[in-house]
Amino acid sequence: MSILVYIEQAEGKVKKTSLEAVSFANALAGQTGEGDVVAVALGTIGNDELAAIGKAGAAKVLHGADSKLDAGLIQAHASAVAQAYKQIGAKTLVLAKSSLGDAVAARLAIKLNAGLVSNVVELPKTDAGYIVKRSIYTGKAFAETTVTTDDKILAIKKNAIDLKLDGADAQVESFDVTIKDADFASKITSTERATGDVLLPEADIVVSGGRGLKGPENWGMLEEMAKILGAATACSKPVSDLGWRPHHEHVGQTGVKVAPTLYIAIGISGAIQHLAGVNSSKCIVVINKDPDAPFFKAADYGIVGDAFEVVPKLNEAFKAEL
Amino acid sequence: MKILVCITHVPDTTSKIQFTADNTKFDSTGVQYIIGPYDDYALARAVELRDQASGKLTVLNVGEADSDPTLRKALAIGADDAVRVNSTPKDSYFVAKQIAHYAKEGAYDLILMGRESIDFNGGMVHGMVGELLGIPSFSPVMKLDVEGSTVKMAREIEGGKEMLEANLPLIAGCQEPIAEWKIPNMRGIMSARTKPLTVVEPVSQDTQAEASKYELPPAKGAVKLVDKDNVAELVRLLKNEAKVL
Repeated sequence: MSILVYIEQAEGKVKKTSLEAVSFANALAGQTGEGDVVAVALGTIGNDELAAIGKAGAAKVLHGADSKLDAGLIQAHASAVAQAYKQIGAKTLVLAKSSLGDAVAARLAIKLNAGLVSNVVELPKTDAGYIVKRSIYTGKAFAETTVTTDDKILAIKKNAIDLKLDGADAQVESFDVTIKDADFASKITSTERATGDVLLPEADIVVSGGRGLKGPENWGMLEEMAKILGAATACSKPVSDLGWRPHHEHVGQTGVKVAPTLYIAIGISGAIQHLAGVNSSKCIVVINKDPDAPFFKAADYGIVGDAFEVVPKLNEAFKAEL
Repeated sequence: MKILVCITHVPDTTSKIQFTADNTKFDSTGVQYIIGPYDDYALARAVELRDQASGKLTVLNVGEADSDPTLRKALAIGADDAVRVNSTPKDSYFVAKQIAHYAKEGAYDLILMGRESIDFNGGMVHGMVGELLGIPSFSPVMKLDVEGSTVKMAREIEGGKEMLEANLPLIAGCQEPIAEWKIPNMRGIMSARTKPLTVVEPVSQDTQAEASKYELPPAKGAVKLVDKDNVAELVRLLKNEAKVL
């Protein structure tokens, strides 16, 4: 018996959130006695990159190398993962919550008749029954969910576990994926992705700007801070609605939900809908000239001051200290 | 073209989240209920598509009788008729089974809903329905156009988007900016009163992962303010006290 982990890749690189899922599965297997962790990776990925999945705790990696799987086609990926799951006789599938992961997991829940829990924030309680804690109400509460099926799927939220990379390389095995043509009926015609930047949903540090920055031309100092810290940039809803920043940078209730270790909010007042997108952050810093901005109530650290004055000074201080 | 839009009946985004009965029930005291914001985008796009193709638009909710005003609002926005599956939405699997059953009977060409509900945030129902019906599912979809039987979509991915093409029938979980939210006008509100709202009983009671107990996150401590003329102090605190750098 093994636990299966679905690995996501972007341009041949394994996503860090998928490695977190491997670490999670490894800890879970230790708790439930479900044996080894086996990862399944699809599409073109180098052998060294695949073997390195072992460092996060996988004993074996099944590689479905068919280049038709490079693109994240939801149905095709769901069928391939179901095949791997049955091949190794798994009872549990773990994956990282993401745009593709969610879409694939939902179809797998039906294919495998598996109880699915999304937004999992910690290891399940398995001593009596199977109780999984998940984040609900957009991070404003948690629910304990009782899974009643023999097969289980856990889609974990970022930071559900600390990523450990102290294992040995995994054994990589090629995996012959047989998928019916109907699963390739939809096609991806093109992809637009910000290149060379840290991706927002996966970033450990996020630097975010609001309407207080007065215009898109003033984002330079935020981009500089992001560069110094190795952070992703983000924004509030009004900023993306005004077209100052792209929609995929919008953090909040109806945008991206982030869970970084550090969230730096600059010129954002902190409307409840914005807080819903950031309340899973470990540490929040707020810079705002209005001492009554509601964001200060949700912050760990704050500076009351004009962003145009504070941010350049802060950038110098970061450079000096790091 | 026959379009089905599935909506959730959820607490307004500004609601205070609290629980009662020893943390086993959501406390709805003083809470305003709305159409899920993502569902509202799906509905708005569906109204536009229905008007283009002179099709029929049905709106569906799995919920108790207190969902009826939310369904009436969807009728006022532009749906032609409404269906309520008479049950608490117990978990994603339970809801997906109800929708799949109804959608199959009605032979819908296009099924839209929000990318996720804003109460349980699972974002799983559209994919489950797709698999149950054996049709493609896509989410989160931020653009959707229908040309004959071809559907052109943009799906948000981490750090960008991908353009997709697929054929009807299909199901999509929607988000902004697929369409602008529509506010019901007086004519819509008046006509919604007489549009059909049918109540049907659930087809199955099966569940797989029901929530049994709730809790709130620990209260946040007070903010530590740093003087704007001493920003280096903030860097030191982040490094040595919070240990996040």
